[in-house]
Amino acid sequence: MISFTLNGKKQQVDADPAMPLLWALRDLLGLTGTKFGCGIAQCGACTVHLDGQAVRSCALPVSAISGKAITTIEGLNSDLGEALKAAWKAHNVPQCGYCQAGQLMNASAMLANNPNPSDAQIDANMQGNICRCGTYPRIKAALHDVIAQQPAEG
Amino acid sequence: MRKLIDAPANQQTGDVIGKSQPHESAIRQVTGQARYVDDYVVPMGTYHAAVGLATDTRATLKGLDLEAVRQSPGVIDVITIDDIPGQRDIAPVFDGDPILVDGEIRFHGQPLFAVLADTHRHAQQAATKARVVSEPLPPCLSVSQAHEQQRFVRPLHRMERGDWQAGLESSQHIASAHLSIGGQEHMYLEGQVALAIPDEEDRLLIHTSSQHPSEVQKLVAEVLDVPLNKVVVDMRRMGGGFGGKETQAAQWACLAAVLARRNGRAVKLRLPRAQDMQATGKRHPFENGYTVGFDAQGLIQACHVDISGNCGISADLSDAIVDRAMFHADNGYYLGDCLVEGHRCQTNQVSHTAFRGFGGPQGMIMAEAMMDRIARTVQQDPLSVRKRNLYDADARSETHYGMPVGKPLLADLIEKLEHSSDYWQRREAITAFNQGSPVIKRGLALTPVKFGISFTAKHLNQAGALVHVYTDGSVQVNHGGTEMGQGLHTKIAQIAANELGIGTDGIEVTATRTDKVPNTSPTAASSGTDINGKAVQNACQQIRQRLAEFYAASVNGDADTVVFSQGRVQCNGKSTTFQDLVQQAYIGRVSLSASGFYKTPKIHYDRDTGKGRPFFYFAYGAACSEVQLDVLTGEYKVTRVDILHDVGNSINPAIDRGQIEGGFIQGMGWLTTEELRWNADGKLDSNNPATYKIPAIGDTPAIFNVDLYPRANDEDSIYHSKAVGEPPFMLAISVWCAIKDAIASTADYRHDPDLNTPATPEQVLWALKSLEEPS
Repeated sequence: MISFTLNGKKQQVDADPAMPLLWALRDLLGLTGTKFGCGIAQCGACTVHLDGQAVRSCALPVSAISGKAITTIEGLNSDLGEALKAAWKAHNVPQCGYCQAGQLMNASAMLANNPNPSDAQIDANMQGNICRCGTYPRIKAALHDVIAQQPAEG
Repeated sequence: MRKLIDAPANQQTGDVIGKSQPHESAIRQVTGQARYVDDYVVPMGTYHAAVGLATDTRATLKGLDLEAVRQSPGVIDVITIDDIPGQRDIAPVFDGDPILVDGEIRFHGQPLFAVLADTHRHAQQAATKARVVSEPLPPCLSVSQAHEQQRFVRPLHRMERGDWQAGLESSQHIASAHLSIGGQEHMYLEGQVALAIPDEEDRLLIHTSSQHPSEVQKLVAEVLDVPLNKVVVDMRRMGGGFGGKETQAAQWACLAAVLARRNGRAVKLRLPRAQDMQATGKRHPFENGYTVGFDAQGLIQACHVDISGNCGISADLSDAIVDRAMFHADNGYYLGDCLVEGHRCQTNQVSHTAFRGFGGPQGMIMAEAMMDRIARTVQQDPLSVRKRNLYDADARSETHYGMPVGKPLLADLIEKLEHSSDYWQRREAITAFNQGSPVIKRGLALTPVKFGISFTAKHLNQAGALVHVYTDGSVQVNHGGTEMGQGLHTKIAQIAANELGIGTDGIEVTATRTDKVPNTSPTAASSGTDINGKAVQNACQQIRQRLAEFYAASVNGDADTVVFSQGRVQCNGKSTTFQDLVQQAYIGRVSLSASGFYKTPKIHYDRDTGKGRPFFYFAYGAACSEVQLDVLTGEYKVTRVDILHDVGNSINPAIDRGQIEGGFIQGMGWLTTEELRWNADGKLDSNNPATYKIPAIGDTPAIFNVDLYPRANDEDSIYHSKAVGEPPFMLAISVWCAIKDAIASTADYRHDPDLNTPATPEQVLWALKSLEEPS
């Protein structure tokens, strides 16, 4: 039995310790917002937060989350998370939508760590989340909107 | 009497057409609530299937020992081709696609058998345990081998005009070249998946991620040997399709269906990514050549374009795909007397299939290749040569297949983009920059797109819709198109809202279902909104007419004067709400449901003569791209892109812009980084996103200006809009031309380099090297 915090609540899961977190989330806990894309941590569709850092849940064994905090798209309810979701809608970012949970999770971790990234930092941080619909210009525009809304840091 | 529920508060409305309404699923997509097939709550006791793939490229199957598969933990059932109760061939048009290996293994990665287990993991583990006894046969692995061995999936087709040989002989200049054009992996982020749920007796419900639910229904029925009316296919949304789920989704649904029937359980079959990339078809690689004759001004006199599509093992959709390449070998230019030939080469690769543009890009790039070569030969700017060769309204106004081009919009569109992108000022600046910069070179190109809209298979140009108005005034719209992210359902909701004079919040567009609208065409050829939108409009107008007659009678007015707007209905100085009228009409026994239909007018094509009007209209666009290239490494970056694109009257500008941006980026990937690599034995090495590079956010041009060309479609399309799914893909040819422009700068723009695609840094280095040698 592995105990951890999931979207702010205590959670236990009875799983093979080697099971990828993605499968525990989707198949055992019924949280299907996090997507399977490639299974080898190369596409970013499965991105979730582990203690606030963006990780690829398809390649992370559940044994690695014991005692830690996991946030998925279903729990992305911080002010920053809500601002990102609103900007994503306002800029018409999603097309097929399949990668967007991963995009949002990665973007929110990036902005939580660095509220004012440069374009080069955005590119470097978001480079691993691929979108086949090519929504990148919209993602950038939405990010710039959210960055502009952030309270200035001293 | 039935009690009617209270109508909700007045629905917001307004002019909904031409407004940037958000994607209908936007909220669901950003909160993780949008469900894709793999996300559905499955029935209790659902089993999971996996497929075992062949590791020979071509071989006779001598034995298939599945004992270890059967003994593997959790395994419930194993099937081969011999266990298929009905039809074994699931080819969409012409025969040649057995559902599982049938005697001969014909490509590396061909599914040999399917296994059913209690869990996905057990099924996957079991699928690796087969012992295959095979006797290798010599494979055909390239277009040139196919030509040598005369292996074709379909006969050669020709489009010919005038005495092109005499035209070439009398031309002042002649140029010839060959171009290898790479294929493309779809890399939809949601892979192939199907869920088959058995129902009473031999009925079956299929959830699939497919662009063509009606074909899945037909093939499932044929494979099971039951009538089509026993099978229902339901498709709410895809996580990307791009053509890769037009025919390629059916196999997995059919296998799941067979296993579901045999075992009386729901069955889910989801391919792992590497299997998905090996076992499903891609954009066709092409090997094309041209010979073009032109005058001192660079005006084409005559040409011969020879097109060879690598179709893989079977015909699939290749006949129409190679045809479309041929239809687009002119792009926007009058080719003079010409011959365009299209070969459909058979190789021992997975059967290549539809992909955004459907062969059009691989044909169109030949026209742009000719333009660059002509320009360097006559020592003029490529844009000047392009403009000179455009179709006009006089003698040069008909395509090589006999279709009048109509108003020559490209001249105006190009002129506008020329100004907005500062083409000529930048040309001067770039030339000056390059003279002083030995290592970093800049390149610039402005190329147009003219793309024919309609299925070239005429019968597919039809669509149906089913619209229900419920007694609370809410409306459910069903139609034959599928939502793959292109925003079709959003535009459909706008159309229904506009026709009924209510807001889109009163419209629910449902999953595409074969029991709601039957015998539908695939959502392909950019036609989704054009044909389904018209069918929905037709259904809504029938209901509106009935309501208008009913209301007019009640207020002693004329039905023709009834106005539906802003959620209200007005006539003869009286008005009521849409909801009230609907309730009154129900009480008055007026039917509140209608099915709509549409067929595209005017189109025809005669294959015997190679002449006709295969397209209802053309969609236009142009892009100006700038690149910066390092001549020591061959690496480059696209630094600025300006696009002006023609969507007619845009139904939803935000969605149209998204299609233009995304299509361009996907096209850029095809021409730059996306390299399919098969090894010498015919195995696909680039079978995952670690070895196959699609564009990422950092590959997006830093400056990316997209504008819509403000002009209504001359044809009577839905609200005079134009299709937008595919045409922008080919705007990316400007990137390929800009790379060539940068390379040409190293030899003072005297030569046009040969540059195969994708133009990886290696290819760029070869092209640079070719210019170093004395010629």
